[in-house]
Amino acid sequence: MVDAGWYMALAGALFLIGALGLLLRRNALVMFMCIELMLNAVNLTLISAGRALNDLNGQVAVFFILVVAAAEVVVGLAIIVSIFRLRTTASVDELSELRG
Amino acid sequence: MVEALAFVLMGLVALAGAVTVVVSRNPIHSAMGLLGTLVAVAVLYVVQLAHLVAAVQVIVYAGAVLTLFLFVIMLIGVDTSETRDEKLPYQRWVVGGLAVVIVVFAAGLTLFGDFEWVPAASTTSPEATNGTVQAIAVPLFTDWVLAFEATALLLTIAAAGAIALAHYRRREA
Repeated sequence: MVDAGWYMALAGALFLIGALGLLLRRNALVMFMCIELMLNAVNLTLISAGRALNDLNGQVAVFFILVVAAAEVVVGLAIIVSIFRLRTTASVDELSELRG
Repeated sequence: MVEALAFVLMGLVALAGAVTVVVSRNPIHSAMGLLGTLVAVAVLYVVQLAHLVAAVQVIVYAGAVLTLFLFVIMLIGVDTSETRDEKLPYQRWVVGGLAVVIVVFAAGLTLFGDFEWVPAASTTSPEATNGTVQAIAVPLFTDWVLAFEATALLLTIAAAGAIALAHYRRREA
């Protein structure tokens, strides 16, 4: 049995890569994919912690996170498409109307 | 032993996929990297006996969500001309510094600190966390039934919202 700490390290690395991608990329779609990466890293920690603690509720939590992430993707991609219809770009640098 | 092998292999695949998502200029390549990461993480779920969650991960994420991503990439076109110049010049330094600080902190905590990421349970029994459909269904429909109904409502609202956004027309148009 691989120690849960190793799974935590892998999940931490995935989360860090996702966070860096979110901060460094400018394409709204790729930023969205980076959010999915971070969600997956968190799910991995929940599964590993649940197994190490003999608790099935970790898997139930991951189940709920999957459902909410699916709903989030549906709405988020619809928003990106409607932004693209208005602006014909998916670059977040162009969306600066709220600048003070 | 099998688990260690699966962990190393699938961990490398997951990390490679994640790096592909971030560095590739073509969004389709990013989507394929995300697919690799999702499937590798699903394998890690199976190794940890989370069978139902692994199946849902492959069906919902690798199936539905990624297809949706590819559809949207197809709709708005493959934009490979993303500029790499930074409008907030200090941001890259902040990001790099933050990453280094986090990695050093976590590594130091693990290597030198008296710290367990997950305290081990007094008794480990694989049966207790064998995530079959029946095993997941019991807490899902007893302890968490309210949350279950709430997510059902959330999904309905999300579907209605997506349709509303897709049919949105500006008044003057």
